[in-house]
Amino acid sequence: MKFAVVVFPGSNCDHDAYHAAKHVLGQDAEFVWHKETSLGGADAVILPGGFAHGDYLRTGAIARFSPIMAAVKRFAEEGGPVLGICNGFQVLLEAGMLPGAMLRNRSVKFQCEHVHISVEQTDTPFTVGCRRGQILRIPIAHGEGNYYAEPDVVDRLEKNRQVVFRYTTASGEATDEANPNGSVRNIAGLCNDARNVVGLMPHPERACELAVGSKDGLVLFESVTKFVMGSGVIFRGQSREDHPLAETVLQK
Amino acid sequence: MTPDPLAHGLSQEEYQRILEMLGREPTITELGIFSVMWSEHCSYKSSRVHLRTLPTTGTRVLQGPGENAGAVDIGDGFAAVFKIESHNHPSFIEPYQGAATGVGGIIRDIFTMGARPIALLNSLRFGPLEDPLVRRTFAGVVAGIAGYGNSIGIPTVGGEIGFDESYTGNPLVNVFCLGIARADEIIKGTASGAGNPVYYVGAKTGRDGIHGATMASAEFDDTSAEKRPAVQVGDPFMEKLLLEACLEVMKTDALVGIQDMGAAGLTCSTCEMGSRGGAGVEIDVSLVPQRETGMTPYEIMLSESQERMLLVVKRGREAEVERIFDKWDLHAVCIGHVTTDGRMRVKNHGDVVADIPNTALTDEAPVYRRPMAEPAYIAEAQRLDLASLGAPAAPGQVFQRLLASPSIASKRWVYRQYDHMVRTNTLVCPGMGAGVVRVKETTRALALSVDCNARFVYLDPHLGAQLAVAEAARNVACAGGQPIGATNCLNFGNPERPEIMWQFGEAVKGMGAACRALAIPITGGNVSLYNETDGRAVLPTPTIGIVGLIEDAATVAGRAFRTRGDAIVLLGENHDELGGSEYLTVMHGLVRGKPPALDLAREGALQTLLVRGIANGLIRSAHDCAEGGFAVTLAESCFDTGLGAEVDVAAVETAAPAFGDIATLFGESASRVIVSVGAARTAELVALANAHGITATAIGLVGGDRIRISIGGRSVIDTPLAEAERIWSTAIDAHFESRRAIA
Repeated sequence: MKFAVVVFPGSNCDHDAYHAAKHVLGQDAEFVWHKETSLGGADAVILPGGFAHGDYLRTGAIARFSPIMAAVKRFAEEGGPVLGICNGFQVLLEAGMLPGAMLRNRSVKFQCEHVHISVEQTDTPFTVGCRRGQILRIPIAHGEGNYYAEPDVVDRLEKNRQVVFRYTTASGEATDEANPNGSVRNIAGLCNDARNVVGLMPHPERACELAVGSKDGLVLFESVTKFVMGSGVIFRGQSREDHPLAETVLQK
Repeated sequence: MTPDPLAHGLSQEEYQRILEMLGREPTITELGIFSVMWSEHCSYKSSRVHLRTLPTTGTRVLQGPGENAGAVDIGDGFAAVFKIESHNHPSFIEPYQGAATGVGGIIRDIFTMGARPIALLNSLRFGPLEDPLVRRTFAGVVAGIAGYGNSIGIPTVGGEIGFDESYTGNPLVNVFCLGIARADEIIKGTASGAGNPVYYVGAKTGRDGIHGATMASAEFDDTSAEKRPAVQVGDPFMEKLLLEACLEVMKTDALVGIQDMGAAGLTCSTCEMGSRGGAGVEIDVSLVPQRETGMTPYEIMLSESQERMLLVVKRGREAEVERIFDKWDLHAVCIGHVTTDGRMRVKNHGDVVADIPNTALTDEAPVYRRPMAEPAYIAEAQRLDLASLGAPAAPGQVFQRLLASPSIASKRWVYRQYDHMVRTNTLVCPGMGAGVVRVKETTRALALSVDCNARFVYLDPHLGAQLAVAEAARNVACAGGQPIGATNCLNFGNPERPEIMWQFGEAVKGMGAACRALAIPITGGNVSLYNETDGRAVLPTPTIGIVGLIEDAATVAGRAFRTRGDAIVLLGENHDELGGSEYLTVMHGLVRGKPPALDLAREGALQTLLVRGIANGLIRSAHDCAEGGFAVTLAESCFDTGLGAEVDVAAVETAAPAFGDIATLFGESASRVIVSVGAARTAELVALANAHGITATAIGLVGGDRIRISIGGRSVIDTPLAEAERIWSTAIDAHFESRRAIA
């Protein structure tokens, strides 16, 4: 399968996502410049971390105007799997592809450290390979990762099972101490209504090899590979072949 | 404006020399140009005669001093390109921007060489954290380093921080950057080929930073705050664009040379590129993109606006280069061309405003052999009479006080703010030993350390500088790295004072001797003088950054013990050496005594032993004994592991018997490392050490939940690991807790 890694001028985790997909996972991967208008037939799209356009205004605020974003939106509407990591998540929020917004960390500082997150939903393209409740040890590195949405929006997210990842302790409890940035209800990542667009603040691409401290993040990349290429994977209660998303992907 | 040489920081003699060189009065623009190029910061006029004595060559050296950065061969056709630089003065005046632009400057030096920057480190010095102004400076500097490095996506993988009164009004901010280039594709800052166009690219020029280089060449006094306009403001996003675009341009062969506009801005880049290439450069300042209106040629030439580059492009290839900059939304503007006459000619709308031979500004700039005299304090400060200090505190109490000392305590509060993992190469994170990054293009990794114990240098500059080199090299060896190159950042007071110049001269001699003995060439660096406030100099701080090569990225060691039941082995020997120790400073408020002795041959053998022992998997963790001595090093080997330790060491013979335990536990003898080894292989390690002429003593085992130290069977420290770790890990945070409460 082929990953498209979108490169905004201030992306700085683009090489890391590419490395994870191409060299660790062994799949095809291509950088796609933000001024392009086509994703070049990719099977999955990654919006990587960084500071897309410097982000002096609001993180990700300008990126939604980049030409490639129209193609990313189209791809998502057709059911294609899209993963926004850190700044990529912020871009998805600003582009209206996921609900809510980011505030500054409650420490009012940039924070780079390993945290634990639990996988709450396994019926997204990026978590089909996970166990529900699986705890992943993955780094964060952000100054504005304090997720916020209005209470009714959060309630809806919970009801629709759109909260995919939550900050927890190593044993899986979503306590306040385990919440590194003050995100509402410890939310670390979510998906859209159709479940094919996923955003999270932690960096799975930085946790794909034991040599750099953890390979817990690799499962996200393995999951989407399974989703795109595999058969028999259960997706939203349906077998892989029966799912409407499958058709779109298989046609390519 | 009437040209006033004195107002420009030039002496009457220097002005006379300018008159002779030009054969006429300089224009105001020329006077400005001379003043910055002949400033201490750009000309190294006080330090040059000393720097020439440093070892700069070696089989791995691809680029020594004189270019934007040094480079050493790391095998498989790749080079490590690295340098350290100071941004002390701006960081005092405006901590956040001063530190941020320091990071920006060193990154430009690295990518200018055609290297992709992959790691940052920093060496910082501040006054005591009890001082609110110091806390503000400290927090601002850390935030500035983080703000710039994090945005541009280069991990800050290590560093060191020290505290002393003398830095209160003059903090030190030394930043180190390392990049990777193909060894045969290193780019030089050269202008050559008559008629080749000269391009300006990056941020527009403003009035910021005018005379920054001259500011860095003067002492601070109570008017320094008024110099704030001389500090620049950084734009990491612009730098990111420049970095990517320049690396892309370098992949074509359309480039002749490139240099960043750092200190002395357009002036320095223009004349240095011409000088290196044996050519001249002619530019017209009216073509320079300007952010403000009505700027004079003088202001344009002296501006130190950040994130600007000067490029010489092959004639006929302009469109290709412009296309790449366009892709990154950067506007590359042709502002002149290369000439054959070896002169720097500056025009304004066609009128010549400056016309100076390049060599007058570079090679023929003044060089001073400034008078040196041993300071009176040395003899006095070296005398240490322990007995006069009364009975020492109990070892357990000293142990806790030292763990809480900011110089020793965990720096997590700091490095948590640095993105230290981006680029997914970081094999050893900050706080866990030397910073280690893998080089993805190869199977190798690089261990990086910056060090200087300035107390030792203050007490004995020659020996102290040797100890700094030994410590930095030992730190990379503790990760498994063979030291292969060094870069230095020499922070001293006012060189016009013979005592300061003596400190400088002695330190450079010591540094050179140590680097020669350990076969570590110094490939470049930076000198920062005039680090004084109201006539009081900082502790002499010749910081050294060392790059170590790890042949196999899969065999890397950190400071932390790994497995319960492993044997703990002390490599090297404890001696009665409390001179200049953290113990004396923390417990008695003294900087006193002779620094520990150093046998460079034995130091070299110890490092070889470490590299071999780690490469063959025998040594599982290694941690160098530095500030706080043996006991603190043992504790640090336990932290972040959940593993305690129980050891028994022999007593050190002491001149002052009451201080026997203190010297054994907290003395700072050089060339000592605490390692751990699988218990079954202890004898093998001891034999290997002895074969290298190194004393190795099995002193105990990893395990339990306490730190227990006995001397000759008598328990002297017995502390719960959790308690020791709590003290160590919260000491710096505690100074900022009130801030957090507000947040």
